[in-house]
Amino acid sequence: MATEVLMPALSPTMEEGTLAKWLVKEGDTVSSGDILAEIETDKATMEFEAVDEGVVGKILIPEGTEAVKVNTPIALLVEEGESADDVEVDRGSAPFPQDKAQTSEDQAAGGTQPPAPAQPRPSQKAEPEVPEGTEFRTQTVREALRDAIAEEMRRDENVFIMGEEVAEYQGAYKITQGILDEFGARRVIDTPITEHAIAGVGVGAAFGGLRPIVEFMTFNFAMQAIDQIVNSAAKTLYMSGGQMGCPMVFRGPNGAAARVAAQHSQDYAAWYASIPGLKVAMPYTAADYKGLFKSAVRDPNPVIFLENEILYGRSFEVPVLEDFTVPFGKARIHREGSDLTIVSWGIGMSHATQAAEELTKDGIEAEIVDLRTLRPIDYDTVIASVRKTNRCITVEEGFPVASMSNHMASYIMTHAFDWLDAPVLTCTGKDVPMPYAANLEKLALVTVEEIVEAARAVCYR
Amino acid sequence: MAARRTTTTTKKADAKPSASKEELLHYYREMLMIRRFEEKAGQLYGMGLIGGFCHLYIGQEAVVVGLEAAAEDGDKRITTYRDHGHMLACGMDPKGVMAELTGREGGYSRGKGGSMHMFSKEKDFYGGHGIVGANVPIGAGLAFSQKYLGTDRVTFTYFGDGAANQGQVAETYNMAQLWSLPCIFVIENNQYAMGTSVKRATTSPDFWERGAAYGIPGEAVDGMDVLAVKAAGEKAVRHARAGKGPYILEIMTYRYRGHSMSDPAKYRTRDEVQKVREERDAIEHVRQLLLDGGHATEDDLKAVDKEVKEIINEAAEFAKESPEPDPSELWTDVYAEQTPQGEAI
Repeated sequence: MATEVLMPALSPTMEEGTLAKWLVKEGDTVSSGDILAEIETDKATMEFEAVDEGVVGKILIPEGTEAVKVNTPIALLVEEGESADDVEVDRGSAPFPQDKAQTSEDQAAGGTQPPAPAQPRPSQKAEPEVPEGTEFRTQTVREALRDAIAEEMRRDENVFIMGEEVAEYQGAYKITQGILDEFGARRVIDTPITEHAIAGVGVGAAFGGLRPIVEFMTFNFAMQAIDQIVNSAAKTLYMSGGQMGCPMVFRGPNGAAARVAAQHSQDYAAWYASIPGLKVAMPYTAADYKGLFKSAVRDPNPVIFLENEILYGRSFEVPVLEDFTVPFGKARIHREGSDLTIVSWGIGMSHATQAAEELTKDGIEAEIVDLRTLRPIDYDTVIASVRKTNRCITVEEGFPVASMSNHMASYIMTHAFDWLDAPVLTCTGKDVPMPYAANLEKLALVTVEEIVEAARAVCYR
Repeated sequence: MAARRTTTTTKKADAKPSASKEELLHYYREMLMIRRFEEKAGQLYGMGLIGGFCHLYIGQEAVVVGLEAAAEDGDKRITTYRDHGHMLACGMDPKGVMAELTGREGGYSRGKGGSMHMFSKEKDFYGGHGIVGANVPIGAGLAFSQKYLGTDRVTFTYFGDGAANQGQVAETYNMAQLWSLPCIFVIENNQYAMGTSVKRATTSPDFWERGAAYGIPGEAVDGMDVLAVKAAGEKAVRHARAGKGPYILEIMTYRYRGHSMSDPAKYRTRDEVQKVREERDAIEHVRQLLLDGGHATEDDLKAVDKEVKEIINEAAEFAKESPEPDPSELWTDVYAEQTPQGEAI
């Protein structure tokens, strides 16, 4: 019985090649690993090794032949003592017909994709997030976040927190104040300044069954670790066919603080929100910080929890409940209104609420939707509000190009076009690195005046 | 290739290790399984049944087979993209691995991972990672989890001489020793980072010595001798399991094939490859030990060859016949199922 030696594909894109040179001749005995021929691919000249052993019974394609299609029989191997002329060819290894290899470029050019199934829909329950009669107390975002960390660490022994200055220093921004005292050095771990590997160690610990909370002193430093966040944490569940996920939280302040200039002031919301496999929270109120953080720790997926240094010291009413959580993918109507919808999140909410107050002077009542999470996004609440007000603007501090605002505007125009009386306008940070000078910094961020102006514009006032 | 003597930071090389007939036969079969698997994978790639990148392990078989012989149940392993050998050596099914290479439903990742991204929680194999060096801190994280949970399981973190120059490897050494993590860093030094030889990539080519900067002990090991690899592995495991922290094994090995299937390998001579194959081949080494020691006849070994070939052919048939994943699989496994969110919503 003879075995056909087929023209091999020697690169991901090769469809044909030149049989440059035979290094064996008819009658030669070959064994596995022997080099049979030199083949020119679209990229280079390659040596082609034998897989099976036998005698070269017949060379079917002479050397120097160009444009030999992949999978064309190029030689016959026979067993010792056989002749190529009187053998039956074993076609057992003949290939399947297959489609042309689809490269990522093909896919990009292909354009149309099957419609995505709906994002996880928020529950449509109308009841409030806290039961009637619940007591509230005033807390800063900082205190609410600290309480959420402590409550989750009490609930689950496998939850631990690691990062720069989280333990003995009590947190660079004092988020982990008192946590070391309560939980000890086994579960509250100071790390060297080594973001890339901290993120990787966190991913490995999650693979190994723990529930890590990795603190970045700021998300600006997480750029050193973004490979681990995107390539390792976000993609492994998919790449493993659902066998192995990465339940962990990456948290820390994000965006501009005050006067720390370009390298410490970037808002990464749009970066992380574009990655399938990640969940992204960017809360505004202390209650949402607490409730969403507790949900983040319990979530079986990697969560990016984007905090804000300026908000850390702000006070809000937080419900006094034994286990208060807020679900991902559920927006909150922060202020009801009938004239336009302002969609915002995180620190953007701070500007949006001030602008809404200003607008009342002109008799414009804005409805403010706080998205709270950017992945998943509660599109339904946004669309319902836009159908009511027929006008919409978005507010965020991030860069304007490829921003979350672009995404929301596109979604609203696609899904509520017939309800819109004006184009959706986006209010964002400016398209410049953050300057240091106080006056320039103020100009670089989104301003209340700009929001008021955009609101008037969509109301034609 | 620069063959270096086995050295340790603490003492001279141990006495030459020996092995029983059963052990030798086991190593022979395991290494042959990997080689035949990889040859078949190369063949299927040539036929267009395997796409993308495909990095073959041929030549390096003694590394994983030797270290698996030193591992116990529950020990973890993680590696980079040249991962087929690691998966077979830790007991993963050749059918599932081959079917993943062909991108089929029967693959370990149901066709969604491919050659570089496969996992088996059951066999404590944590991938299969495509980013050079990224698996190193993840391996330390696995070791961290075991220490945190109070087990004495160790983690084998494999990477190449190329990855050894990545910054996160240095970061990981620092933390692993600082926290005494039970992590064995295995540098598979096959002399070439893709097409760049070690001497063209670093002025400190003794990778195991870099641990000294952090206080991590280590040694270089002859990676073409499965018994030497196993002996070094046992020593490293003893160290890590006893809670003494990480250990570095730099295993001097050689890959016969290109970096990936599309590598013409012009950065080295055919003679260089041929010399290693003829003089230092790891499988041939065990084969000679079996024959010279009177543990097996040529016919015995032929029977093993035949059995292995059948297993690999079955794996290839399975990988060809397994259907492509259902189109609905595009949208599954992006997120894990939601956990209950608590009552007060």
